[in-house]
Amino acid sequence: MTSEHSSPWDEGTPVPLYVITGGTGSSAKTFDLVTLIATRSAPDPSMQPEQAAILTMCHYPLSVAEVSAYLSLPFSVVTVLLSQLVDDGHVEAIAPVPVAAFPDRDLLEAVIHGLRRL
Amino acid sequence: MDYADSDLATAGPRATDMLLPHGARGVKIVIVGGFGVGKTTMVGAVSEIPPLTTEETMTQAGVGIDHNPGASGKNTTTVAMDFGRISINQELILYLFGTPGQERFWFLWNGIFEGALGAIVLVDTRRIEVCFEVITRLEDRRVPFVVAVNTFPEAPQYPVDELRTALALSESVPMVTCDARDRASCRDALLSLMVYLCTLAAQETV
Repeated sequence: MTSEHSSPWDEGTPVPLYVITGGTGSSAKTFDLVTLIATRSAPDPSMQPEQAAILTMCHYPLSVAEVSAYLSLPFSVVTVLLSQLVDDGHVEAIAPVPVAAFPDRDLLEAVIHGLRRL
Repeated sequence: MDYADSDLATAGPRATDMLLPHGARGVKIVIVGGFGVGKTTMVGAVSEIPPLTTEETMTQAGVGIDHNPGASGKNTTTVAMDFGRISINQELILYLFGTPGQERFWFLWNGIFEGALGAIVLVDTRRIEVCFEVITRLEDRRVPFVVAVNTFPEAPQYPVDELRTALALSESVPMVTCDARDRASCRDALLSLMVYLCTLAAQETV
């Protein structure tokens, strides 16, 4: 697809990003970096390789940030790929814990408890 | 990132880095500071996985600032952000993001501070001036934060009070020293943020 040592979004690459995203320039859904993605169906052969890779790696849930890191693709490109997968029911997007201006006491205490075990 | 390693067929976490619980949700804390201040070191010190990198490209918005006449035709800049993960319990996964101090990068990841529990401003006493803008911006955005002074062995040591004055930091904002290489020290910096958030939440309910 691209030469071994250049990232697909480097200037002058043979595969423009709009090819990877299937020509969709904007993501309809809002994904946070820590939205968790969980696979809901097996990859099908007609899928783009990037989308099939997401379904394989999110057998156990992963954050959008992790998917971006493992695919070596920019966050914004990954969110477009994920939008299509969510629309087609191939993955579930699990929204982050909502954090209000003053977060919930139980949430804070759970995090404190978890950190103390480090 | 080495693209040669990212064969799509095998892309994904190592077996040991898989996240087991289904039904968990994510939450995030942002570690913000200047270049070389130790953000990635801090992420790595407490993360249960080796730090990963997510990248974003900056095009139009940064062109005016970053345009380099020497690199003709190159109108994008890649901005990288390292992050790690701590499984808090079966329901909660905490992600830590090391974010560049420059505000113009913050919009790249869809509101990195939106929905964040809070932030740790990591300070190098040799380059304290990079923190002024960061602190102002966090205050403007009403992101709760604590200041952690990374104690580089070769950096001058100042009393915390002196640094607080130099940073024009309110008395109410906690300030701690930490060694970004040390797990316990970084955990304590995170805990100081969490305890501060509890204090803020308690004030709000009074």
